[in-house]
Amino acid sequence: MKWIASIGAGVESIFSHTGSYTLMLLQLLRKLGSRPWYARQLIAQAEQVGVQSLPVVLLTALFTGMVLALQSYIVFHRFAAESLTGLVVSMSLVRELGPVLVGLMVAGRVGASFAAELGTMRVTEQIDALWTLSTDPFRYLVTPRVLAVTLMLPLLTIIADYIGIYGGYAISVYVLDQNPVVYVENTTVYMELEDFYSGLIKAAFFGMLIGVIGCTEGFNCKGGAAGVGTATTHAVVISCMSILVSDYFLTAWLFG
Amino acid sequence: MSATNKPSLPRISIRGLSKSFNGNIVLEDVDLDIMPGDSTTVIGMSGTGKSVLIKCVLGLLRPDAGEILVDGENWLALPEQEHLQRMRRIGMLFQGAALFDSLKVWENVAFALLRQNVPKKQAHERAHEVLEWVGLHDVGDLMPSELSGGMAKRVGLARTICHKPDIVFFDEPTTGLDPIMSDVINRLIVRLHKGSGTTMLSITHDLRSAEMISDHIALLCHGRIHRIIRANELTSDQDPMLRQFVEGRASGPINCSPWGKKIEEVIDR
Repeated sequence: MKWIASIGAGVESIFSHTGSYTLMLLQLLRKLGSRPWYARQLIAQAEQVGVQSLPVVLLTALFTGMVLALQSYIVFHRFAAESLTGLVVSMSLVRELGPVLVGLMVAGRVGASFAAELGTMRVTEQIDALWTLSTDPFRYLVTPRVLAVTLMLPLLTIIADYIGIYGGYAISVYVLDQNPVVYVENTTVYMELEDFYSGLIKAAFFGMLIGVIGCTEGFNCKGGAAGVGTATTHAVVISCMSILVSDYFLTAWLFG
Repeated sequence: MSATNKPSLPRISIRGLSKSFNGNIVLEDVDLDIMPGDSTTVIGMSGTGKSVLIKCVLGLLRPDAGEILVDGENWLALPEQEHLQRMRRIGMLFQGAALFDSLKVWENVAFALLRQNVPKKQAHERAHEVLEWVGLHDVGDLMPSELSGGMAKRVGLARTICHKPDIVFFDEPTTGLDPIMSDVINRLIVRLHKGSGTTMLSITHDLRSAEMISDHIALLCHGRIHRIIRANELTSDQDPMLRQFVEGRASGPINCSPWGKKIEEVIDR
């Protein structure tokens, strides 16, 4: 009977987490409609989320583009279609890998930091202290973080797309000795605007997921240092899983 | 009756406050009045709900039942934004000081002023003035992580009073401090109370501190306010529960065993 109980607990946990994220999102939308908005906090968070995530995002995108070029070339070489390498690299990055990989990287870096920072503030009563200093902790801590990550993820994705395509170009042209003009032309001619903006819509959605999940885990954290650890782990694992699951449904919706 | 003889309204009036967690009753029908300019300290064993009481009064926890009246206005019935506006009248010193790690000491102290759009220069000056008042004139540019426990507590006290609140709450103001630093904090609280006539509600189980900083002491026991006395009656009052608490005896009318058994059955077996 223990396995039935553990399945029950698992299902309850899924519903409980989903419920608390939904409530957090609804509260966020409600509070966005009125002042104060704490613009300085938003800029500080945007800097932390965007600028400080750049190195990890750039490195990931560059090597993903390089690997894609190598793999695509090997396959296309079998039926003499090597010139399509650029198209496959760019389409894969812009439509799929760019937003997903940036999302996963940012979930690991930013989602974890949101949960750890807010969780520590919760267990050390700093969030309570904000309230006693006549400051709404939700508006001051949660809103700027969720907005920052939602706005910055598409920007990071644009940069990642660019760098990834360049990585593919570098391998194709300098290592696999392909024609650079053909690579660029195939990349630009066959790509449509829809490919580009659908990736950005995904990125913004993933950003919102990372922000809401990380902030909810941290804001509702209980149980001292162990609680902060659990909140951080939940934030990263649930964000990553949510990105991968929602990616399928978004793709089906955007290209369906 | 002339206006001067008219009894004034309590500054804080707690009426029928009840709070439970997962069916475990922590506070049950608590009533307590604190008059303007009065300093009241709630004492009681660990886990009796002192912190829950203060958090309910501050609006950090939602009670199951009861009213929190401040100057006759029920703060629990206020919309969130209005409640936050009223919090400008409040100062709170947390047990662990709860300083914001990411801000410098002076920014912590001036936090409420900066949120109220007081010019930065003016807020900075006020922060240094208050830091000087607590005997810390050269720590403004440090980060909270660079402070000792006693210094952090004094910075917390400076933050509590920087925006000149007329009601101040203290959660275990001397817990975790050495006797000398405890005396420093107690004296600062007394100086604040006598100097500005601030209304105060403190919770502690440090009896020396309670006696020193309070006009009245209330014993919270088994979820209720059991007895309220004047601070100078703490050692002479003959109430059995108060005597047991003051003398620090495990045996007596206060059941301190968490397992529902008599304490003798647990410790003498």
